[in-house]
Amino acid sequence: MQQPLGEQIRVRLEADAPVFAEKKGFREAWRQIKRDRFLYALAALPLLYFVVFRYLPMVGLIIAFQNYDPFLGIGAMFSLENFVGFKHFTNFFDSIFFWNVVRNTVLISFYKLLFGFPLPIILALLINEVRITVFQRTVQTISYLPHFFSMVVAAGIVRAMLTPQGGLLNQAIVAFGGEAQAFLTDPNLFRSILVTMDIWQQAGWNSIIFLAAMATINPEMYEAAAMDGANRFQRMWYVTLPSISFAIVIILIFRIGGMLDAGFEQILLLYSPSVYSVSDIIDTYVYRAGLIGRQYSFGAAVGLFKSVLALILMYMANKVAQYLGQEGLW
Amino acid sequence: MKLSRGEKLFDWINIFVLAILTLFFLIPFLSVVSTSLVSGREYALRGLFILYPYRPVLSSYDMLLGQGSIVVNAYIVTVARVVVGTGLGLAFTFPLAYVLSKRRLYGRVPITMFIFFTMLFHGGLIPNFVLVEKIRLLDSFWSMIWPVLINPWWLLIMRNFMLAIPEELEEAAIMDGASPLVVLLRVYLPLSMPVIATIGLWYAVFHWNQWFDAAIYINDPKKLPLQLILRGILEYGTGQYSDYSGLAEMTELTDPPPAESLKAAMIVITTLPILMIYPFIQRYFVRGIMLGSIKG
Repeated sequence: MQQPLGEQIRVRLEADAPVFAEKKGFREAWRQIKRDRFLYALAALPLLYFVVFRYLPMVGLIIAFQNYDPFLGIGAMFSLENFVGFKHFTNFFDSIFFWNVVRNTVLISFYKLLFGFPLPIILALLINEVRITVFQRTVQTISYLPHFFSMVVAAGIVRAMLTPQGGLLNQAIVAFGGEAQAFLTDPNLFRSILVTMDIWQQAGWNSIIFLAAMATINPEMYEAAAMDGANRFQRMWYVTLPSISFAIVIILIFRIGGMLDAGFEQILLLYSPSVYSVSDIIDTYVYRAGLIGRQYSFGAAVGLFKSVLALILMYMANKVAQYLGQEGLW
Repeated sequence: MKLSRGEKLFDWINIFVLAILTLFFLIPFLSVVSTSLVSGREYALRGLFILYPYRPVLSSYDMLLGQGSIVVNAYIVTVARVVVGTGLGLAFTFPLAYVLSKRRLYGRVPITMFIFFTMLFHGGLIPNFVLVEKIRLLDSFWSMIWPVLINPWWLLIMRNFMLAIPEELEEAAIMDGASPLVVLLRVYLPLSMPVIATIGLWYAVFHWNQWFDAAIYINDPKKLPLQLILRGILEYGTGQYSDYSGLAEMTELTDPPPAESLKAAMIVITTLPILMIYPFIQRYFVRGIMLGSIKG
């Protein structure tokens, strides 16, 4: 079949100087774009969403370097006279809040990881050993349930359990001769409540990925281990666990990468001034100081500080995952 | 295979431990359900520590769902949000996923990266708020729709599903004289129904449960979704809605429910739809967790 003229020229230009090659690239690109114009038209509106609602706020981060005044127009966001450089950042670093919110963010994340990470693995190991299918399914179904409660509902349930006005836990304590506790306003208990609630809500759900990894283990491995005289516990320990160790490591790495998200909604719904000292994280501080306190520029600066750190952490996590031979997120 | 005594013991211990853990997951919610059924009289007699009420009553639900109640209004808002948010979400997600699944598309990788980057870096709370304020969406129903229209992660999962549809199908349809639009609607749309149903359900559950955007964008109590009314009742009681709802009049009941029962009933009301479709939710979400990789 005779090739179209443009195609012939293109083939001939193939051997030519890079200058021509570039020109060819452009023409070829244009030809392809014209051919697929329907697809680009289809993508235009959804992409506009990303431009407006995902990228414009990134441009809006410019107010972190200004004294932004919400009553001035958009033009003020780009006029030079409002710029103050890194003032809001240094104010944040010098403030008494800085170490408190950074420490709380990292500590709460760390505790959630320390206590919340092993439990889904243990849960998956136990579920995997159940031989009665009905029981296995029931346990799974019930353990996923709290994951689908909204954070408001979950926090409401926790409040109902802990309230000194007849909450289940307090009544149980009283029944055993103890004294009712104001759990949610006690700085010594607050973080433990956050961690326990997180486990209650997510442990079942987080076990799915490990169960999926276990489903791919070759049954012959168990048979061979049984032949060698390994009992159930030893099979679990020496066959199942090593087989999912890779999944464990990868998930752990990405959990560490997301460490700066310590649970904004959860804390916002449960905390109160009496426990700020142990529960105020970067996100809640941005919310209170920036949004409620109407210090938009300062809030944007603190938020930017966190976003950049989080990006670096995630990037490092991905690098480590790739180094370990995993494909990584990107 | 005959089980040895040790194996049997292992099984029993395993089942026992799992039963305890299951109770840990279940009891908090069950206790809330039972609290919601306690009457004021029974509360006065026995105190609130009631694992199950002797005479369960629905007075809390009557009060919350009575004529003209703010809760009924909020239910309508939330249902509208779920319907519109899911419908528009799919209407925007599906075409873009389709386009990005075309391997021949010029600029496919940069466009995918453009979307992927938004998963790693956000403008954050304040710039988002300023944007919504500037485009005059504050106190509008649409402030709960447009900013969260497309979930990039789900978009890429949908695209991955469509990457597996053979390109020959499109070529064959074009040979038969189909226009690009017909290819999309008659070939790809039917074949993508499983992933559309899955992600549609994810959007629906997301919109049902989402609350923080409404908390910062919406002031008018009549426009608040259910989650926010629940939050208000949990933190401040029902009094704050007395101007807007039938709640206040109902307090003149002969046997008004205790405050804790009202709160519990409100929790149940807010979660009920999730519970009713829970079998579907569970199946579709578990399936979805297995779809993952998002390579360009």
